[in-house]
Amino acid sequence: MAEAVRPRPSEVLPPVTERIGPLAWLRHNLFSTWYDTLLTLVVLWLLYVTLVPFFEWAVLNATLSGESKDDCAPGGACWALIRVRFGQYMFGLYPDSERWRVVLAFAILVAAMVPLFLPRMKRRIAWAVALILWYPPVAYVLFAGGWFGLEPVETANWGGLFLTLVIAGVGITTSLPLGILLALGRRSEMPTVRAVCIVFIEVVRGVPLVTVLFMASVMLPLFLPPGVTIDKLLRALVGVSLFASAYMAEVVRGGLQAIPKGQYEAAMALGLSYWQMMRLVVLPQALRLVIPGIVNTFIGLFKDTSLVTIIGLYDLLGMARLITTDPAWLGRHAESYLFAAFGFWVFCFAMSRYSMYVEKVLAAGRERR
Amino acid sequence: MAVNARPTRRRRAAHFWNDARVRAVTAQIVLMAALLAGAVYLVHNTLLNLERLGVSTGFGFLWTAAGFDISQTLVPYDRTHSYARAFLVGLLNTFYVSIVGIVLATILGFIVGIARLSSNWLVAKVAAAYIEIVRNVPLLLQLIVWYFVVLGNLPLPGDSIALLGGAYLNIRGLFLPKPVPEPGFAWTVYALVAAIVAVVLLARWARRRFEETGRPFPTFRVGLAILVLVPLAVFLLTGAPLSFEYPEVGRFRVSAGLVLLPEFLAMVAGLSVYTAAFIAEIVRAGIEAVDRGQWEAAYALGLSRGQTLRLVVIPQALRVIIPPQTSQYLNLTKNSSLGVAIGYPDFFNVAGTINNQTGQAVEVIAITMAVYLSLSLAISAFMNWYNRRMALVER
Repeated sequence: MAEAVRPRPSEVLPPVTERIGPLAWLRHNLFSTWYDTLLTLVVLWLLYVTLVPFFEWAVLNATLSGESKDDCAPGGACWALIRVRFGQYMFGLYPDSERWRVVLAFAILVAAMVPLFLPRMKRRIAWAVALILWYPPVAYVLFAGGWFGLEPVETANWGGLFLTLVIAGVGITTSLPLGILLALGRRSEMPTVRAVCIVFIEVVRGVPLVTVLFMASVMLPLFLPPGVTIDKLLRALVGVSLFASAYMAEVVRGGLQAIPKGQYEAAMALGLSYWQMMRLVVLPQALRLVIPGIVNTFIGLFKDTSLVTIIGLYDLLGMARLITTDPAWLGRHAESYLFAAFGFWVFCFAMSRYSMYVEKVLAAGRERR
Repeated sequence: MAVNARPTRRRRAAHFWNDARVRAVTAQIVLMAALLAGAVYLVHNTLLNLERLGVSTGFGFLWTAAGFDISQTLVPYDRTHSYARAFLVGLLNTFYVSIVGIVLATILGFIVGIARLSSNWLVAKVAAAYIEIVRNVPLLLQLIVWYFVVLGNLPLPGDSIALLGGAYLNIRGLFLPKPVPEPGFAWTVYALVAAIVAVVLLARWARRRFEETGRPFPTFRVGLAILVLVPLAVFLLTGAPLSFEYPEVGRFRVSAGLVLLPEFLAMVAGLSVYTAAFIAEIVRAGIEAVDRGQWEAAYALGLSRGQTLRLVVIPQALRVIIPPQTSQYLNLTKNSSLGVAIGYPDFFNVAGTINNQTGQAVEVIAITMAVYLSLSLAISAFMNWYNRRMALVER
């Protein structure tokens, strides 16, 4: 019997140098079969013919300082452009002497948002709601001026990354509550409420954002009584917020649908009113489920802010475009747009990583249960 | 909204305003009244404003001469044609760029999605880098880069880049040999139509036989052979009645041939590269969603790797892939409206020009919204139909 139980001798393993170490890794991951090898070589060649010239252009032959395109070496990037115009990429045509106000407003926001990301912090929701209530007036006063002896700055002079962040920020803070209301309306038992919400959501999702922006910029002035004018930036903000809220509504609806009926029934059995049930029982669970979807909508919204360029606002992209038309830097498209692309990329990439992190944390929480 | 319309809660019971039905009806009446009042107010203001601006309302302007040129027209059009015709030209351009973009984005997206899952480390990393870079930069910025940076740096016509098969690429666009059918070419077209019908019938017969007897039939290979060989045979038998008009490179321009404008090329490149990054992630998620046990079970049944993919994995992956894929196709079609930024004459661009010329903002926006809405509905209806078919095949 003992004979039968004794394990069979294990197979003879290849020498340790063939199992671990860089060579074995290469062999396993890059050259395991003949077509794997071929694929690796083709990709390496492709990378060589694209990245090497790019590196030469962007780094080796680049010019870092200068006053116009004439100072830049041919065949290389002209990063001097970014250096000279950096302030405009960040603030647009906001007056030089007043830019500290923008910086201050963003510093206040960052400081106020730190507690939201501390894991130990209690009553984070209350803090966030309070922030949404007190921050916009403060920021508006700082940005636009006119009070407390601050020099007024017209919104037409707002621009660059600053304007992009303003539009994205307003869009994000208005689209989430609006989206929640629309999602609740779409699942309402009142037929007219449901119909109104469905029509709004489907119409907005069925048309491109440019048409919504176009409508906001052309139709809003027509809708208002004669003599009343409305700021161009405000029109864009209305368009972006309405557009994003329709997409947000669908994300939230997904979360609402995932909550078992028992939760609704239990809440009703406890005697909670509709709004209590939603606020205390359903929404906390539903929103938590769809955090990745919400962040994805924010990323889409952030990228979509670049469309305000089309209706004549100078956000980061609009500014990059305006700068390429400057005679001193005429034709330096690549540098300007690459810099703008990098600006957008940093924010979107950070948001997508955050969404993945949250997803992981939530998944871990679910598994433990 | 309904939020404001609800009466405040009272502690005392049995009042009629505590009756859920009464409250629901009241809320709805208030909502409708508010919406109606808002609409009346807006329409009143709009009419007042239009009157003040001296713009007449109505769709009569559609039949007057447009008076502007469009750089790319798929149907005959010049400035004497009507505004309605201009709208049609724009709509066809939108279709054109969307269809080409969808096809290319699907191909590229599947390749990248599969590359992302490759066991080859380098291939997987390159695919991941592509997705992370492209997805996180606004499409409008990418389109502008394609147009001004990539295509804007192409050589002048005199130094055109010669491509395979007599095609040329320069700053004015991509010039291709233009096929010119000669008399008798119609037979080849008829043969192609006949071959398509034959393949559809064959596929039906093969599926019925498979369901009844379980004997498989190599539908794909035989069908492909019929599709290629039959028209080719007819083409050769009728004496190859097709010639090509090759582009001729001059010093300042390229004459003759078929030209694809740089605006079109930039739109196609931008839309397909951007959408492909999203499709790649969808494809990856779809393939990963198929349980490993499905592969193992298929192997245990004695299916080959190809059969496993074709009969077991892909049908199940497609079920996961198709719904989000639909919304990507919709997005691509809607995103084609960004052509306005680089001067591609798509529907939205033409509509904008017409609005500038006529000032008929309300009508132009109504037409634009209606067209994009029906486009969206049509695409989602088609994809829903296809999705249902896939679900049935799988069962």
